[in-house]
Amino acid sequence: MTFINYASKEINCKIVYYGPGLCGKTTNLQYIYNKTAPESKGKMISLATEADRTLFFDFLPLDLGSIRGFTTRFHLYTVPGQVFYDASRKLILKGVDGVIFVADSQTERMEANIESIRNLEQNLKEHGFDLSAVPYALQFNKRDIPNVLPVEEMYRTLNYKREPTFEAVATTGVGVFDTLKSVAKQILIELKKR
Amino acid sequence: MCAADFVLYEEEFKHLEESLRRLRQEANAKAVFLIDKNGQQIASAGEVEQFDTTSLASLTAGNVAATDGLAKLIGEREFSVLFHEGLQDHIHISIVAKRAILVVIFDDRSSLGLVRLRVKRANADLEKIFEVMVQKGEKGAGGTVHASPFSEITDDDIDALFGE
Repeated sequence: MTFINYASKEINCKIVYYGPGLCGKTTNLQYIYNKTAPESKGKMISLATEADRTLFFDFLPLDLGSIRGFTTRFHLYTVPGQVFYDASRKLILKGVDGVIFVADSQTERMEANIESIRNLEQNLKEHGFDLSAVPYALQFNKRDIPNVLPVEEMYRTLNYKREPTFEAVATTGVGVFDTLKSVAKQILIELKKR
Repeated sequence: MCAADFVLYEEEFKHLEESLRRLRQEANAKAVFLIDKNGQQIASAGEVEQFDTTSLASLTAGNVAATDGLAKLIGEREFSVLFHEGLQDHIHISIVAKRAILVVIFDDRSSLGLVRLRVKRANADLEKIFEVMVQKGEKGAGGTVHASPFSEITDDDIDALFGE
């Protein structure tokens, strides 16, 4: 649910990074945070366990500049990926404008990817959203690891609606901004349609 | 696609700010914030410059969402008031008009009782303003109030945002 503020001439959108545990959602946000000019970003908040696993969410406000006189602001959130945090994951999807699914390219994580997409679809439904209509991009992360599945095979299994897909290495930033831009664009195009 | 957008026009924004200013003064609070349940700040009053308002909005919304989840778990509809007590500063959080969160930050110059009393009064005020906002939003959807500033955006405008 986009928040359009005519008084302060601002538009705020919410993008959620989804995916199985340890797929690199927080790493995506950390890279964006490190590479963004200080004037374009707010503080990054991570509600994590002592072992640095996301407990509730990470949050990063990002200012993309202005469009037709309106300051365009994206609020990026990650969900906790571990299966048993489902109640928290559901809460974070509230009012979402766009979703980025971060898939782990390692062969042994494929089942976890599939389960997580199903979980995303279900949790969106509970908020009254339909994944087939929500701005969405799929990222194949960890492409630098030796035992990864071919992209074509991952695409065949994970693609939901022929969404834009990106190969990524979130630790070095490969594909990170491309994925974000893709969903941000889809959100703005949706706004244009309304 | 998603739920209806939340649109805030100048006139209601002024009313909201006025109402928050009054609440801050009457409750003798340091700062007062009104936040959307999704974590976006709507309006504020008082000594706001000493706080990271964006983080405050997002964490408050997370806090309220988690507490809502807890309420449902035990069969309650919602916990409409949250209170966090610190050594010097305290935070009073309440739900307004079902969709917004009112945050009052105060210290020992005020008291929980006074804040609760004033928040109750402000609530009625804010609810009225929200009703007008919803009505305007519905009319807006029919295209009678404001044309969306985004109906005219071009692909070039969008690309320009991402200019390297």
